[in-house]
Amino acid sequence: MSATAPPVGTGSVAKARASNMPPKPSIWGIAGRLSRTQYWAFAALGLVVPFVVWAALSASGWIDPVFMPGPSAVFQRLTTWLIEDDLLADTTISVYRVLAGFALSAALALPIGLLIGAFRPVEALLEPLTDFIRYMPAVAFIPLVMLWFGIDESAKIAIIFIGTFFQMVLMVAENVRLVPTAQVEAAQTMGATRDEIIRLVLLQSAKPAILDTLRITMGWAWTYLVVAELVASNSGLGYAILKAQRFLKTDTIFGGIILIGVIGLLMDQAFRWLHRRAFPYMHFKR
Amino acid sequence: MPNIAPQVSVAKAEIRRLGKVFSGAAAGTPAALQDIDLSIEDNEFVTLVGASGCGKSTLLRILAGLEHHTSGEVICNGQAITGPGAERAMVFQHYSLYPWLTVMENIKFSRMLKVNREDLSSSDVEAASGRADALLNLIGLAKVAKSYPSQLSGGMQQRVAIARALMGRPQVLLMDEPFGALDAQTREVMHDLILHIHRMEKTTIVFVTHDVDEAIYLGQRVVLMEPRPGRIHSIYPVPLPERREQDMKHSAPFRELKAEILKHIRVSSGMTTDLDLLDQISQQGEAG
Repeated sequence: MSATAPPVGTGSVAKARASNMPPKPSIWGIAGRLSRTQYWAFAALGLVVPFVVWAALSASGWIDPVFMPGPSAVFQRLTTWLIEDDLLADTTISVYRVLAGFALSAALALPIGLLIGAFRPVEALLEPLTDFIRYMPAVAFIPLVMLWFGIDESAKIAIIFIGTFFQMVLMVAENVRLVPTAQVEAAQTMGATRDEIIRLVLLQSAKPAILDTLRITMGWAWTYLVVAELVASNSGLGYAILKAQRFLKTDTIFGGIILIGVIGLLMDQAFRWLHRRAFPYMHFKR
Repeated sequence: MPNIAPQVSVAKAEIRRLGKVFSGAAAGTPAALQDIDLSIEDNEFVTLVGASGCGKSTLLRILAGLEHHTSGEVICNGQAITGPGAERAMVFQHYSLYPWLTVMENIKFSRMLKVNREDLSSSDVEAASGRADALLNLIGLAKVAKSYPSQLSGGMQQRVAIARALMGRPQVLLMDEPFGALDAQTREVMHDLILHIHRMEKTTIVFVTHDVDEAIYLGQRVVLMEPRPGRIHSIYPVPLPERREQDMKHSAPFRELKAEILKHIRVSSGMTTDLDLLDQISQQGEAG
């Protein structure tokens, strides 16, 4: 094909070379590949398009700003909230509750999950029970929690705990169970004791997966925080959202929701960063 | 390691009338292993080969103490085997290296264990460090001592696994299809490496494989096993010079032994029946 083409001028040479290149696989193939630039282009598109649609809808005047305030109104509200209405205090108390409930959950779920994953009798003893409780809706426990703990901090922490603990136990147990048998047996044939296998093999091997479990359950902790603050609180971001509804302050509702999203995203990124720092061997490019 | 008193038997490992029935196996299921008698000499290289389901891996795992036998006895170094121990290190087919440790740290893993830390003098620690370096050189990976397993090829990973198993100076090295996942060229290199290691380390090796070439090339004796129930069919001393070379694979004694072993495996694995069936099918196709 190139033999018959008359190569005149640099432009046509480049063109001929381009036509001789093997065709690139489509990015739309199943499990196809994206270059880094393409990836970020799509990511930006996914973030920008909804934002533009939102801005356009509110600017068009089709929708009553009481129901859907525009981006600028929400941003303005976040600014006044920060300056006049103590946004920092609301954020701090919410973050504190999430971290406290999450930490309590993790402190108990990690050892219990490890034991379930390591020992068959513990698995038989605790896993069916945990599975059963997991299917009970955490939200349905709120009335009971309020009876037991009132509406002070412990109530919010208890709700976050109920919402995350049981899932976390099961996920950590699974993380430990997925440690390759050969890793454990190799240690056994090198003379490792049961205690050494748990400390030096199971725990070390499952650590990266456990950190991912924590990252995922952190997201759920935020969901249950808002639930707890909506019904049993007089402070925090969730409470601010609920209060704003009573006064039809949709800009505050939008601001609160977006802020929670941003905080969640930041925490998620922090976990990912920690994963890369703590487990560099999992992030090599081959 | 207890000091070994002069032994009654010269055998490193002794298996007598050993049987294994898996718990929960349906009634009437043939035993996984039945009436196994095998004596492994000190410094010997024994290979176990046979059709799948013949129990060769189970037998190796019983020697390792990772499975329990249900009858008979297994003795290593004059002591009955009751569980896994540092004197019987095992090399697995894959996924046994610790990905969070570097190559050097993997090799030194057994140093972290209590069995190797009791009454340790500083000279012992030095010796151990020297041994780790020596092993690293032996497997030819000194350059990647600080790399992580995920950065190595499959063949390199298996070399690290072998060095790690040798670190604690096991009495017996048990190998369960260690090269089964490697490509043919890498496997040949590994064969000569493990033979070299066997000469240098003077360790006893029991090696399970489904590859008859591998079994003959490596073993001083080849133990041929049969399935349903898992048992030893015969034990062949390999009629090759002590020092093996790749060209011997084309020699007459090698080919004859291979033909003999393959014939039995084809019958016991049901392959012969399958081949006859294929013959019939193709004949019918030609006739029609």
